[in-house]
Amino acid sequence: MTLPSPEDAPTPVERDEPLLSVRDLGVTFTTGRGRVRAVDQLSFEVRRGRTLGIVGESGSGKSVTSLAILGLHTGADVTGSVRLHGQELVGLDERGLNRLRGRRMAMIFQDPLSSLHPYYTVGEQIAEHHRVHFGSRRAAARRRAVEMLAEVGIPEPSRRAGAYPHQFSGGMRQRVMIAMALACEPELLIADEPTTALDVTVQAQILDLIVRLQQDRGLAVVMITHDLGVVARVAHDVLVMYGGRAAEQAPVDALFATPAHPYTRGLLDSLPRLDDADDEPLRAIPGSPPSLLAPAPGCAFAPRCPRATAATADERLRCETQRPPLGGPAGHPAACHFPSYEGAPS
Amino acid sequence: MTPANRPTTTDQHPLLSVRDLTKSFPAGRRGTAAVRAVDGVSFDVAEGETLGLVGESGCGKSTTGRTIVRLLEPTTGTVHYDGRDISHLSQRELRPLRREIQMVFQDPHSSLNPRQTVARIIADPLLVQGSPAADARRRALELMELVGLIPEHGDRYPHEFSGGQAQRVGIARALATGPRLVVADEPVSALDVSVQAQIVNLMERLQRELGLAYLFIAHDLSVVKRVCDRVAVMYLGRIVEIGAKERVYAAPAHPYTRALLSAVPLPDPAAERARERITLLGDPSPSSQLRSSRGSPRRPAAPPPGCTFHPRCPKAQDICRAEAPVLRIGMPGEAREVACHFPETEAAVTVTPGTSPGARGTPPRARR
Repeated sequence: MTLPSPEDAPTPVERDEPLLSVRDLGVTFTTGRGRVRAVDQLSFEVRRGRTLGIVGESGSGKSVTSLAILGLHTGADVTGSVRLHGQELVGLDERGLNRLRGRRMAMIFQDPLSSLHPYYTVGEQIAEHHRVHFGSRRAAARRRAVEMLAEVGIPEPSRRAGAYPHQFSGGMRQRVMIAMALACEPELLIADEPTTALDVTVQAQILDLIVRLQQDRGLAVVMITHDLGVVARVAHDVLVMYGGRAAEQAPVDALFATPAHPYTRGLLDSLPRLDDADDEPLRAIPGSPPSLLAPAPGCAFAPRCPRATAATADERLRCETQRPPLGGPAGHPAACHFPSYEGAPS
Repeated sequence: MTPANRPTTTDQHPLLSVRDLTKSFPAGRRGTAAVRAVDGVSFDVAEGETLGLVGESGCGKSTTGRTIVRLLEPTTGTVHYDGRDISHLSQRELRPLRREIQMVFQDPHSSLNPRQTVARIIADPLLVQGSPAADARRRALELMELVGLIPEHGDRYPHEFSGGQAQRVGIARALATGPRLVVADEPVSALDVSVQAQIVNLMERLQRELGLAYLFIAHDLSVVKRVCDRVAVMYLGRIVEIGAKERVYAAPAHPYTRALLSAVPLPDPAAERARERITLLGDPSPSSQLRSSRGSPRRPAAPPPGCTFHPRCPKAQDICRAEAPVLRIGMPGEAREVACHFPETEAAVTVTPGTSPGARGTPPRARR
């Protein structure tokens, strides 16, 4: 694979330095019904060659976080710090962001059809990317597009480069998106529910592809998903979000073996599983995910939390009035007044 | 109608009996060709039983459900309900039967009228059937309680309810006329993970209390395993495997069922790493059926010859490309039927209950 030498070659990252470092990220939207704090006090890091899974339900702030990293929120108030290679992205102007987006960091979305231009062939769209960032010539960019299509497993890549997005199936379109995202050799890939719209057999193909490309290229990957099965398959580290905040952070094995936050434990307990032994009723979490319009003063999960319900009146008051900080062991913090680091669920 | 005064299903006929059902849609530039979304589907559902209908997008599972309740007109084939052929009844003749067969939809909010109160929405099927308004409302409030909603919220509008609560409204509406069969089309897939389990538990409780039969249509194999007695796996308009849940999940006989089960990500990192997956090539969408391997459209009226799964099948032989395998009808009493020339006979490749990944006996056979 030949690459035109980019004029701004990435500086090699120190071994222990995270590629992406997010500190105290806050995102606030002003809506007709008031200000919504969609993400609050969020911090995490991703190193090269690692995959961070961000898990959450609707309204947890996981997608808002990914868009904030890329600086794609217009009209939102973004505070805190997002550093890529040590370079601060929050407050960076469009020109500076454009130089990084697609080049150093790239994103793939849930619905590839709405992220691809229907009017241009996929080859043209991938090639354009390359020409913008590397100023490469038409023919070279086109060659690069074909190489990328081949790398993501599209059969007959040179012919398929001339096809339009609607001529591909959903899984093949997501491959095209991945080819486009990786055409300029970014170091960070953000994947926002990349397989949610796909069938399960196709999902398996796309997850395998993302894992392979990550290993080949040493990418840092942020995988945003609602599916704990997807996290278990691809992630090294996990961040569980609830109500716009981090509920728990841990290496993947620790998270599934000893979920410290009652929300994480509740999620794992409530999942119907293929490898379940029997058919007892599922242990459902009562209630619904919280509204961000009227956040509770205390822990966002308290109204649904079995530990808060079972606690003494004083303890419950603490859950309902004091927001728990992210605390506990450095490698496995949880935002809970009464975290439990013992034993796996069920 | 209470369960007591209902005619019970006799031994001669199951509650629902579907035979050779097909549903074609016009396709092609001038609509002259046809796509067979459902292509010769047969199954039975017994009183009080849950049959799961699973498959990927475009396999025809939803079309099957909609054709059974006659939201769509079948092209050929028959649907017998309680021994009576209902596939050719007029909509007017169907109306009395609508009491007994109801449907629950995927997206609770888009299936509820935003301009009606939830009590009115739940009462609607009763009003259509001619109940006095006061009776219908009283029954609607009872139903709200039954499905775990607060009856005092009866005068609220759907947008005031969360997704899970709105789906409870949809279920209450389906139960208003005292049905014996509920066709549930992806009833939990639009809900948040933490809410899905509530609705699954609710549907199971209602089945026990009311003796309902469910045709449970879903793509999520884990949910289907939880709620169903029997399961039918569809691929491109046909049932490829049908049988008792325990059999199909523990020892899937069709290579497609096997691949499908092995593709589901398990929420367990250690099991995921230890697991052997069968990765299928290609994709299951009907649009790919319409395209030849060279990407040019194949005439929709001419689906691939032989087994429709053969282009993706890891063990396809010459006969699979020439001859379509036949599925015998899966009766409620039978363990399992499969439409494959070379069905699998070994135990499952998926993780079975109670076996830690390291403790499994013989490793599953490696596959091409």
